[in-house]
Amino acid sequence: MSAILNDETKKVLTTPLVNDNPITLQVLGICSALAVTSQMSTSLIMALALTLVTAFSSAAISAIRNHIPSSIRIIVQMTIIASLVIVVDQLLKAFAYDVSKQLSVFVGLIITNCIVMGRAEGYAMKNPPLESFMDGIGNGLGYSLILIIVAFFRETLGSGKLLGIEVFKLTKDGGWYDPNGLMLLPPSAFFIIGLIIWGVRQWKPAQAEKVEFKIMAISHGEGGHH
Amino acid sequence: MEAYISLFVKAVFIENLALSFFLGMCTFIAVSKKISTAMGLGIAVMVVQAITVPANNVVYHALLKEDALSWIGITGVDLSFLALLSCIGMIAALVQILEMILDKFFPALYFALGVFLPLITVNCAILGGSLFMIERDYNFGESVTYGVGSGLGWALAITVMAGVREKLKYSDIPAGLQGLGITFITAGLMSLGFMAFSGIQL
Repeated sequence: MSAILNDETKKVLTTPLVNDNPITLQVLGICSALAVTSQMSTSLIMALALTLVTAFSSAAISAIRNHIPSSIRIIVQMTIIASLVIVVDQLLKAFAYDVSKQLSVFVGLIITNCIVMGRAEGYAMKNPPLESFMDGIGNGLGYSLILIIVAFFRETLGSGKLLGIEVFKLTKDGGWYDPNGLMLLPPSAFFIIGLIIWGVRQWKPAQAEKVEFKIMAISHGEGGHH
Repeated sequence: MEAYISLFVKAVFIENLALSFFLGMCTFIAVSKKISTAMGLGIAVMVVQAITVPANNVVYHALLKEDALSWIGITGVDLSFLALLSCIGMIAALVQILEMILDKFFPALYFALGVFLPLITVNCAILGGSLFMIERDYNFGESVTYGVGSGLGWALAITVMAGVREKLKYSDIPAGLQGLGITFITAGLMSLGFMAFSGIQL
């Protein structure tokens, strides 16, 4: 195991989790992060699907990276990714039909998920297959982490359940928790991701963005009285 | 006719691709710093959406759907699993052709939209529009209406967002929330606003 997990592999596997998270720092692949998170089960399936597609497409693209002419590389990458997504889509339809109905078009949208393309273009084109595979897994996990956090808040607060199991007893069943309907609606996903980004950047100030206009109090010593 | 108007209003406001399905978010966040660029991209998305959704509709109904090949005498073939690949290929090809046509015949428009066109191929709003068209089984007329409507809705959302962000840069925001964080919160508030349309029934 230690032979496979050398320092470089460990690095590409762990930095995307917090330090270089695809969603909160690189701003990639947000579309599906928001859309599937109203339930934990759909988020888990989506996270798994995206991690696998990213890992395998990175490995495949990296394996043929020296043979792809650079002028048509995007279309080659697209075809590889689209084929992998079709495999995932068919597998879901065969073995988890209900979930695939709930995910609706979002499985197909993994094709245009910027994380997959971004890693193929940014990492796999320059590095050997094994490292690219690990990089894909790492970025997939970074994405999954955010998805799971968002889904956790949305499902528990929105319907009092987690993975379909009751956590808070609802008032309509004689319990104490009055579900917050907003959590099941689209806006809550924006708010939660915004707050996560705030939290991460407060924790790691190096990730904060520079302000364009600094707001300052007018000091009375300098101006005025001329 | 009434059904088409209803579908159009639904595509623009109630089922806004950006604010209720979160499609095209990467570009939505990245290119909404200035109103003029946001409008340029919005118009480009609308044009491409209005062309690709009907085009994919034709391809899907003529070639891929179950038993669609019966017009050349092949029956019992269901190629609908190829829809993903054909949609993305179609979009990439059409965007490329559009770019060439604009460059040759409408140079002014090309310079205004040109930089955004390659971005559009990987914009999930475009692929999402085509996939929704397939999932909801629209006919050709409906797909034209849906293409124009959903593109317009996306353009509207990104322009409004850019307007808000232009004002926002003069406000005093906590350091960690600066930039991306506050943009998400703003998008959430806008999405709340758009949800008010959901009561409209035509």
